Amino acid sequence: MADMARMAGTGTGLGGGVGRRRLLAAGGGIAVGGVLAACGSNTGRGGSGSGPAISQWYHQYGEPGAEQAVKRYAAAYKKADVTVQWRLGDYDRQSAAALLTDSGPDVFEVNGPLLNQIQGGQVVDLTAEIEPVKDDFNQAVLAPKIWRGKVWGIPQVVDMQMLYYRKSMLRDAGVEPPQTLDELVDAARKLTSKLSAKKVKGLFLGNDGGVGVLSGTPLFAAGLSLISEDGKVGFDDPAAARVLGKIRQLYADKSLLLGAPKDWSDPAAFIQGLTAMQWSGLWALPQIKKALGDDFGVLPFPKDGASGKPSVPVGAYAAAVSARSKRKAEAKAYAKWLWVERSDYQLDFALSYGFHIPARVSLAKKAGELRTGAAADAVRFATEYGYAEPLLWTSADRTAYQDALSRIIKDGANPESELKAVVRKVNAELQRVGKK
Amino acid sequence: MTATATSFGARLLGPQRRNLWFWVFVGPFAIGLGLFTYVPLVWSVYLSFFDAHNTVSPKATDFVGLGNYGAMLADDAFLASLGTFLLFTVFIVPATYVVSLALALMVNRLRFAQAFFRSVFFLPTACSYVVAALIWKLSIFNGVRFGLANTVLGLFGADQTGWLSTTDPPWYWLVIVTVRLWLQAGFYMILFLAGLQRISPQLYEAAAVDGARPGWQVFRYITFPQLRATSVAVVLLLVINAFQAFDEFYNLLSDARGYPPYARPPLVYLYYTALGQEQNLGLGSAGAVILALIIAVATVVQARWFGLGRKGED
Repeated sequence: MADMARMAGTGTGLGGGVGRRRLLAAGGGIAVGGVLAACGSNTGRGGSGSGPAISQWYHQYGEPGAEQAVKRYAAAYKKADVTVQWRLGDYDRQSAAALLTDSGPDVFEVNGPLLNQIQGGQVVDLTAEIEPVKDDFNQAVLAPKIWRGKVWGIPQVVDMQMLYYRKSMLRDAGVEPPQTLDELVDAARKLTSKLSAKKVKGLFLGNDGGVGVLSGTPLFAAGLSLISEDGKVGFDDPAAARVLGKIRQLYADKSLLLGAPKDWSDPAAFIQGLTAMQWSGLWALPQIKKALGDDFGVLPFPKDGASGKPSVPVGAYAAAVSARSKRKAEAKAYAKWLWVERSDYQLDFALSYGFHIPARVSLAKKAGELRTGAAADAVRFATEYGYAEPLLWTSADRTAYQDALSRIIKDGANPESELKAVVRKVNAELQRVGKK
Repeated sequence: MTATATSFGARLLGPQRRNLWFWVFVGPFAIGLGLFTYVPLVWSVYLSFFDAHNTVSPKATDFVGLGNYGAMLADDAFLASLGTFLLFTVFIVPATYVVSLALALMVNRLRFAQAFFRSVFFLPTACSYVVAALIWKLSIFNGVRFGLANTVLGLFGADQTGWLSTTDPPWYWLVIVTVRLWLQAGFYMILFLAGLQRISPQLYEAAAVDGARPGWQVFRYITFPQLRATSVAVVLLLVINAFQAFDEFYNLLSDARGYPPYARPPLVYLYYTALGQEQNLGLGSAGAVILALIIAVATVVQARWFGLGRKGED
């Protein structure tokens, strides 16, 4: 915004010798132009360094040092003058809007790229760039970056989520770490009633009761999927209604913590002892370890039913190149240099600031931090039980599914009829995206 | 020739160059209005006839006619969001009306410190919706044992309640309505105060002479009818504001993973449709046009019904 004011100011200052009316008109026009330019295209292209100028966008990582690190990597690249933008706020919307204009980034990280971005021709094909090391990437997170045999984004680091539990609280309540969903429901209920005097709840799945963060995880735990390998709806099955009914049970038992000041992605509720178990991300592990020492353990989402298996969601932000970039070749070369060739930087980025699993299996194996304790468990869960949301799972699908999930969990709506409506919607979406 | 040109130029400028000055002062505003309001508006209507995913300049082949309108009107979630708006209006309009009128009557009767209380009640208007929503969400109505509401209720032995997460009973309405009530009641109180001060004292004297008892009778037969013009304006503004509700809903109920299906007003729903990851700008624009039409019709009907701007109230 300071930029906007500055540029508007410069605008009005230009018209020294012109008549007042012209001046104001021009001032207005330039101010408007300045505002537009400042909103969209403050790409920081100074052109002061060597080589062609490239702009690169990241969303804001909360970990101290991460911003300096990515700027250091960019400065180390000699073939182009790379300017890093660290975008605060709603990154998904900002980047989506910037991709509609000519003034967006050249290289950017994206929680995708999404199918509509690929189909809309907003990102460029990076198959050749990733080819030499394609097999080294975690295949679960690489799969959603592939559309019709081409790779559209290079995975940066793997994030995963899991269930944290407080060992001492479970021991005091006489509860074993749950291995099945039924055991989880029982454990949460027992913990809640034993700890009710201290106003501690059994389980925290986010302030919405698990709707947002669980998403497809219970379906995978029941041996189902969101969209099957052959591109059909993966949960048109009675087991889906059964497993979601059990999440409803957790809510109906009042075993869930709701309305915590910090949501599931932050370990505060767990550390403050507001809950005995919490679903959160791998990124929370260092903080939890620092606060609780050895008094915690981790679990995958427990399996449900005979054909079920434990599940954990995995995903990766990917580096993508904008199709609107004026320097596509240079941008592709830079993306390749950073996210394919410089494995030392990739390792540094994954582990020195936050706590992520490197997207490449060979690097994940090298990392000492990931070999012991809860971190080692997490890596094992991600490898054995990890699932990523498929590329064909569009945001319209997600909205329909999450709305249904919310009604099932909170209002006690009938899971079968709710899911039937979602299946219809997903089928329609599959048809729509299949046509392009 | 020269004379004609001069007189033409002079006519163009108007007496005392008034036309020139008109445009000097109005021009920048008109340009801004055109560029930032009318162009996007017309563009949005244009987009609503196209299958515009991830683009604001769709190709001719993406023309879908009224397809987006059909899809939007058949969309249960959109219709439900209109229901949400209606419900919200039913809560918030009478509540704000009654509270702000009551405040105005009380402040108007004060013999001393009137300015002080007027300011105190007006101050929340200066607070941003986002900030107020966050205070409501994080400190007053959070769901854990140390939230203000839960602490107070805990003194009476009540269990902790997840105010924004509980749909049965729908406690989230309590949070949403109270935050807006707190924010806007002061502003409408000022409008009512202005209205009250315009009522001629002679009317009250005449009423007293005729034997009207102070209190309810005077309010019912003198004050309330005299506030008619103010009341109409207040109700109209309240309904329009309720229609545009976005900030407090979004900040109270959204999280990184989306927005729950309950208490989702039209603007929030369209925000997710058009500007979410889906970037379905055509469908979103169709929804926006439908909304604009509804609010235009509602406003006209309401204005006719109440006789907005009709003469003869004084």
